[in-house]
Amino acid sequence: MSKPRLVLVGNGMAGVRTVEELLKIKPDHYDITIFGGEPHPNYNRILLSPVLAGEMTIQEIVLNELDWYREKGITLHTGRNISKIDRVKRKVIADDGSEAYYDRLLIATGSNPFILPIPGNDLPGVIGYRDIKDTDEMIEAARLHRHAVVIGGGLLGLEAANGLKLRGMDVTVVHLGPWLLERQLDEVAGRMLQKSLEDKGLKFLLQKQTEMLVQGESGRVAAVRFKDGMQIPADLVVMAAGIRPNYALAEASGIYCNRGIVVNDTMQTYDPKIYAVGECVSHRGIAYGLVAPLFEQAKVAANHLAGYGIGRYTGSVTSTKLKVTGIDLFSAGDYMGGKDAEEIILNDPSGGVYKKLVIKDNRLVGGVMYGDTADGPWYFQLLKDGRDIHDIRDQLIFGQSLVGDVGHAGNSKAALMADSAEVCGCNGVSKGVIVRAIKEKGLFTLDEVKKHTKAASSCGSCAGLVEQILASTIGGAYSPAASDKKPVCGCTDHSHDQVRRVIREQHLISIPQVMSFLEWKTPNGCDKCRPALNYYLISTWPHEAKDDPQSRFINERSHANIQKDGTYSVVPRMWGGLTTPGELRAIADAAEKYNVPTVKVTGGQRIDLLGVKKEDLPKMWADLNAAGMVSGHAYGKSIRTVKTCVGAEHCRFGTQLAMDMGVKLEKMLFDMYAPHKVKLAVSGCPRNCAEAGIKDVGVIGVDSGYEIYIGGNGGIKTEVAQFLCKVKSDEEVMEYAGAFLQIYREEGWYLERTCHWLERVGMDYVKGKIVEDDEGRKALHARLLDSLKDARDPWATSREPEAIKQFIPIVPVATVQATAGPRVYA
Amino acid sequence: MSNWKLICKLEDIPQLGSRIVKPQSGGDIAIFRNAEDEVFALHDKCPHKSGPLSQGIVHGKRVTCPLHGWNIGLEDGHAVAPDVGSCSTFQVKVQEGEVFLVV
Repeated sequence: MSKPRLVLVGNGMAGVRTVEELLKIKPDHYDITIFGGEPHPNYNRILLSPVLAGEMTIQEIVLNELDWYREKGITLHTGRNISKIDRVKRKVIADDGSEAYYDRLLIATGSNPFILPIPGNDLPGVIGYRDIKDTDEMIEAARLHRHAVVIGGGLLGLEAANGLKLRGMDVTVVHLGPWLLERQLDEVAGRMLQKSLEDKGLKFLLQKQTEMLVQGESGRVAAVRFKDGMQIPADLVVMAAGIRPNYALAEASGIYCNRGIVVNDTMQTYDPKIYAVGECVSHRGIAYGLVAPLFEQAKVAANHLAGYGIGRYTGSVTSTKLKVTGIDLFSAGDYMGGKDAEEIILNDPSGGVYKKLVIKDNRLVGGVMYGDTADGPWYFQLLKDGRDIHDIRDQLIFGQSLVGDVGHAGNSKAALMADSAEVCGCNGVSKGVIVRAIKEKGLFTLDEVKKHTKAASSCGSCAGLVEQILASTIGGAYSPAASDKKPVCGCTDHSHDQVRRVIREQHLISIPQVMSFLEWKTPNGCDKCRPALNYYLISTWPHEAKDDPQSRFINERSHANIQKDGTYSVVPRMWGGLTTPGELRAIADAAEKYNVPTVKVTGGQRIDLLGVKKEDLPKMWADLNAAGMVSGHAYGKSIRTVKTCVGAEHCRFGTQLAMDMGVKLEKMLFDMYAPHKVKLAVSGCPRNCAEAGIKDVGVIGVDSGYEIYIGGNGGIKTEVAQFLCKVKSDEEVMEYAGAFLQIYREEGWYLERTCHWLERVGMDYVKGKIVEDDEGRKALHARLLDSLKDARDPWATSREPEAIKQFIPIVPVATVQATAGPRVYA
Repeated sequence: MSNWKLICKLEDIPQLGSRIVKPQSGGDIAIFRNAEDEVFALHDKCPHKSGPLSQGIVHGKRVTCPLHGWNIGLEDGHAVAPDVGSCSTFQVKVQEGEVFLVV
């Protein structure tokens, strides 16, 4: 049986991306034929500017080598333009007469540079700036000629001008608008940009209207003449005054067009067999010229071409970044503001920094940054998320300033870092390695960078920095999804929020149920989604959803922390950091009996026995259980410890019984699993010796009661806990702390610490739920207690017959003949 | 066929899980069982930094190493791209609910 045929017209980024997305979700579904007008395989058009500037070569910007087409069984015709679509016979006809029949047609013909309708626009030496051929021509012109004029002071024009200048030409940029990049920048930023480009040697003529191009004696263009009579010499004229969607083919074939091929939210044209993506498309009246929206379109089109019928493209918010080395510029959204908008502006002309944020109804709607764009991606994320910013408004203009706490030498500005600077301290990945991978491998997302370079794939604290590098390397092509829309992992398009909601609303209680309901793309998920699903199930439906050990990371499956040599560490719980001579003796005995090589005191006030063999774990636990000790959960996304100071029992400054309070909290929370690890501390007075200010929940005793702080973190990202409220009694501490942890357990995303969750939802939200809503708080606390009511020590349960199997290695005992009968297994 | 050694019953390996086999000759072998009850055997050593693959999460026909998250194909022992490396595989079969291994 022959496969249906898919023909793609246009071998560029949008079309080929659609094919890639299609092959990812439904390989082998179609016989695919691709026609491309250029004689090249698909390349990264965005990076033509660095090629012109001499920073990269054509070879480096190829995205899909010819081998890729061969491997995927795609028939590729380069250097052939399609001249006609016969929609009745369902075939396309190329200019050389060759034909291809289709069952589905995908049009991705891109755009053409807008050529000013003036005399002389067809002279030799007058070009647009669109493809490799144009780039080659500019490079050639720079070798032979002296004067270049770029018409158009937009992104493309400035990048062309910069490249030609670097190649030694005398370059003048002619611009009709009142300032440069008037579609991306406000006037102040536009002037600052002009100044720094002038410092690089570029010349500008603003508000100049070109009248004609003058032919020289050689036949080539020789000068540009303006309406006001002024004339300047020009051996090369680059038209960069905008692009026009290239829909001539579609229109000639009778497909409805209106300043672009008109498509619906599934990227389908008015002919249901024909889809269109990319710059040639008009979606809800908008034709996009940046690559990020095109990739979003590609994903949707692929899904519908695969016959899945899910996903709609609903338009994009775009951001831009100028790729001129040494100039930092970022803009996004509605940066001009308007009647109802407010602006926050930071202007430091001598320092070369300008930032403007536009706010409407307490939400960021746009921004322009010049000179310091480090926080661009962060602002862009806030903008896309539509987060209420009123609680961080006073600091908003100063940026996130949170990236790069430890492990990357305080670097927080990706653009200023040297190539050799280490970005990912966990895996030793430098900026240069990341930039090279992004360029050479054609990476566009944080996930892809993680996969290829390992940067940000361990502790993740440098993820913000990596995103910045990504943004500054590929510019407008970088477009993170809104946080609440980011898929859990590659196995699904659904976000953490969506998954949590469906589990609750549909009352799903097993991983296969969730995967089938949400149409997971893989048969049984991966190491990212399965632990998340398992946690969501058991936290949403305690006592009902069954824990799945095979969907837990090894540490939680074997109740111990795996070490780099494959041995494990054992940490007995010491309630509130308290122990006894008897317990210490039992620990010492166990350490000797099982030849524990390292005994260490942890930061959480207990003792770590390191280097234990897996098969010894159950025996050691049995010994420690016998001495009255239980698991410390030092390995889990769970309650870890409650650190305490000695408090009023002994300390002359103490105001509250900190140890006692700590023990009560720790007993209440025993065996509590959470989106991530949870640490508490109780100090008996404001001297705060238990370091409660960097804990998920910090309790500080004062003479009149306790102050409760939440969302602190002393690890990956040092974060000071925020004041939640003040209470009087021990019971209230348990209720408020318990309720806070329960709401985090119910709403947090897997692997999101309390500080990240708090940053996402805002302190006001939490106060509303915990402090201002008495009934809600009591209900949360009750749900926490209910879900922990039959908590058991995992050290004890792991010795039960089915659970203990994993700890026992199998020794093959006999060579087996073909015999029947009962057998004894190891 | 005399090299086939009886290891355990299929049900002794959890679905989407694994067990460690310690042959007398030394060198741990990880045996895996996937959701379709297929069984695979690999040298219990990740090609990256020797992590014990038997302790990883099994999904599809892959296992994710617990140490640094490399994905290893259960059928051929090759690391999944873009990572590069491989570990040795062993012949394994299931017959009438029993698992046999060539060691």
